[in-house]
Amino acid sequence: MLSTSLLTEFKTLLGKENVLESESDRHSYSYDAAVLDAVIPELVLRPTNSEQLGRTVALCNENKLPMTVRGAGTNLSGGTIPTKEHGVVILTNGLNKILEINEQDLYAVVQPGAVTAKFAAEVAKRGLFYPPDPGSQAVSTLGGNVAENAGGLRGLKYGVTKDYVMGVNFWNAEGEYIKSGGKTVKCVTGLNIAQLMVGSEGTLGVFDEIILKLVPPPVASKAMLAEFDDIAKASETVAAIIANKIVPCTLELLDNATINYVEDFTKAGLPRDAAAILLIEVDGGHIALVDDDAEKVLDICKKHGAKRVQMAKDAAEKNKLWEARRNALPALARARPTTVLEDATVPRSQIPAMIKAINEIGTKYKLQIGTFGHAGDGNLHPTILTDKRDKEEFHRVELAIDEIFDVALSLGGTLSGEHGIGLAKAKWLEKETSKATIIYSRRLKKAVDPNYLLNPGKIIGG
Amino acid sequence: MTADVHQLAKMLHELDDQMVACMKCGMCQAVCPVFAETMNEGDVARGKIALLENLSHEMIKDPKGVQDKLNMCLLCGSCAANCPSGVKVLDIFLKARVIVNTYMGLPAVKKAIFQGLLTKPGVFNSVMDLASKFQGVFTKSANEVIGSSCSRIDLAAIEGRHFMPLAKKSLRKLEPARNTRPGKSGYRVAFFPGCVIDKIFPHVGQSVIKALTHHEVGIYMPAGQACCGIPALASGDKESFDKLVKRNLEIFEKENFDYLLTACATCTATMHELWPLMSGDKIQSMQDRIAAMSAKVMDVNQFMVDVLKVSMPVSGHGTKVTYHDPCHLKKSMKVFEQPRALLKSNPNMELVEMADADRCCGCGGSFNLQHYSVSKSIGDQKRDNIVASGAQVVATGCPACMLQISDVLSQHKDQIAVKHVMEIYADTL
Repeated sequence: MLSTSLLTEFKTLLGKENVLESESDRHSYSYDAAVLDAVIPELVLRPTNSEQLGRTVALCNENKLPMTVRGAGTNLSGGTIPTKEHGVVILTNGLNKILEINEQDLYAVVQPGAVTAKFAAEVAKRGLFYPPDPGSQAVSTLGGNVAENAGGLRGLKYGVTKDYVMGVNFWNAEGEYIKSGGKTVKCVTGLNIAQLMVGSEGTLGVFDEIILKLVPPPVASKAMLAEFDDIAKASETVAAIIANKIVPCTLELLDNATINYVEDFTKAGLPRDAAAILLIEVDGGHIALVDDDAEKVLDICKKHGAKRVQMAKDAAEKNKLWEARRNALPALARARPTTVLEDATVPRSQIPAMIKAINEIGTKYKLQIGTFGHAGDGNLHPTILTDKRDKEEFHRVELAIDEIFDVALSLGGTLSGEHGIGLAKAKWLEKETSKATIIYSRRLKKAVDPNYLLNPGKIIGG
Repeated sequence: MTADVHQLAKMLHELDDQMVACMKCGMCQAVCPVFAETMNEGDVARGKIALLENLSHEMIKDPKGVQDKLNMCLLCGSCAANCPSGVKVLDIFLKARVIVNTYMGLPAVKKAIFQGLLTKPGVFNSVMDLASKFQGVFTKSANEVIGSSCSRIDLAAIEGRHFMPLAKKSLRKLEPARNTRPGKSGYRVAFFPGCVIDKIFPHVGQSVIKALTHHEVGIYMPAGQACCGIPALASGDKESFDKLVKRNLEIFEKENFDYLLTACATCTATMHELWPLMSGDKIQSMQDRIAAMSAKVMDVNQFMVDVLKVSMPVSGHGTKVTYHDPCHLKKSMKVFEQPRALLKSNPNMELVEMADADRCCGCGGSFNLQHYSVSKSIGDQKRDNIVASGAQVVATGCPACMLQISDVLSQHKDQIAVKHVMEIYADTL
């Protein structure tokens, strides 16, 4: 139990409406989107300005309370599940302001709780573009995106969150202010701590302000949907497009199982017998250029054995082509009670091998798996459809996930393309890296967080 | 006590199959009007489902805390309409309210209203008629364009509200019960005005009758209609809800008709969706009767456009009108094109869309009574969007939304009239 005097101190600091201590409030912050057991925090705190955030961190540190920072709680690897003993959740939704959008110097400064899609919309209003578009962008926070190095559909052409982080100012474990990076394109002042913060999942500091890079938006785009009777042909098509020096902004793949789940759900007339469909979108700074690229991609698709290619003539048709991809997760999620969404990633040439292996694993463990994902960057989402209440089946799910990771690593891939390691994948980290990597990471953490209070247990365990 | 909580947990198990479908993705945070105000996870669908799950697994000791969160909901259905896994959020919440509120007991005031008044339409009506006569003693006119009132004296319970006065004469008094044959249209409908139209906006009911009569639609409007049941159900009082459903069923089963029309989005959604949903505990024959009646329920805008096919889009100019989508029409019934089509067929009006036309107005029935400050903040955003549209009239398809919108516009001294789509349509006839 926390002492009454500490609770009073938090209430004085944050206002009593921002100190959530009731049973129902604490239970509301015990989970995120990962399929893991909930852990009830002892206290939930919502600072509403920078100083309050710093003091909150310092107070937690002085009282040896492990802190888990939470934005929208959409994490898929358990990164926002609090710590078992005396865990405190620090909410960032009271720090959700966009502080500056600079149109001359192409950067923005945001608080960590600013919502990704709202920010992207504000940027777009000023004729600029913030490309990272994780699936949860309608609710996810930029602080969370940076802490997880979130990806999205535009990764291949535009990169992921890390490619847009210019600076991160944060509170260290003791509640002291650390500045890194800046507002200039070039900046080599000090260690590149800002990039160390990217993907650190709340284990190295508590973000206060983030400086993000903005770019001019594309002015034109064109989308097409290509059907293949062999997944290898789809993969060769992807390789050929890139070999032809065209980088589509979207290159999404749906496998046969996913196509059928989507068709069951939407009855939109998707080809149930297709081994895969590719949703391809090219964009650029000039309509003629984009048309040219689109024609080339169309040729490549046909040359590499696409059974059928539909090119959207206008925005309405483009929207219709996107329907299948948009409905992939909703269709899969409706099929069974529990949806385990993985993000094992392989070099793009290995996609056919990876999908073949996933399907074999599904058969071996008698599981329903649909795979969709970002074919351009090899980031697949094998989605296991199950019921976590069925203990025996869920055990098979766990065995299947083990094997999926083994295969991804054997193909030169990685455990996680964009969901993070968190609690869910910490146990496999050594397999991909090495014992020494984990020890090195733990020493780094120990040096900046000697009491091990910043989201302990995430990524590197310990 | 512990044994009782165990009992409560067991009852909540019934919802397990529906709750497990929530994958905790959190996308409901994007659309929940209450969450946008409070930013508390326990106020959004994902949080409430997690709390109910933990209560049903006996991980939570204090059901009161969960009940409070459960009641902090407009039942607008925005989360369900936006849910990637298709979780039937409203089904879960309404059933959970019945279970939890039955366990916790109804507050005395609600018990008196639902069981003593609402379920006895005769008594309810005469009390309200009496109240209508004396309301002027306590209230005064606040806004002529809107027709709203405010309290003469500063009462804490009023919280500064500007409310619509009870009509001098209810619809029942103005338009007697009727049972007419169809004319040229060949259709015969039953008309269910609902409490708010009957007692506060009788002219909306008159507009419906005028339009139906004009198109030679036969009307069955029986006396003795009861409330659709939603106030009782939303408070978890299933017993009163059942009584109201049964009474209405008996009255409307007396005659044959093609559709059972209402001009209230909330009544429509309740009778179409919730009557059958909540009938699972009844004998099969009763379930069948409810299902048969529910299948006939239709929103009046939808009837005009889809069945009578009355609307003719004209390039209207003159008064600018904007349309607010009631949640229970758009999100529950998928009716959003028909009211716009009716507005567009008025040559003296020009339809201008407001931003976020389908965002909840924040009324939520008794939510407005229990959580007025949150309800008002949500309403104020709706007001800002209405004003920004430049419209002189705001139209909608639900008298409950009309009450809320009238309150927020009137408090800002806005000179914007609040009308039901059917009033505007009837004016053209």
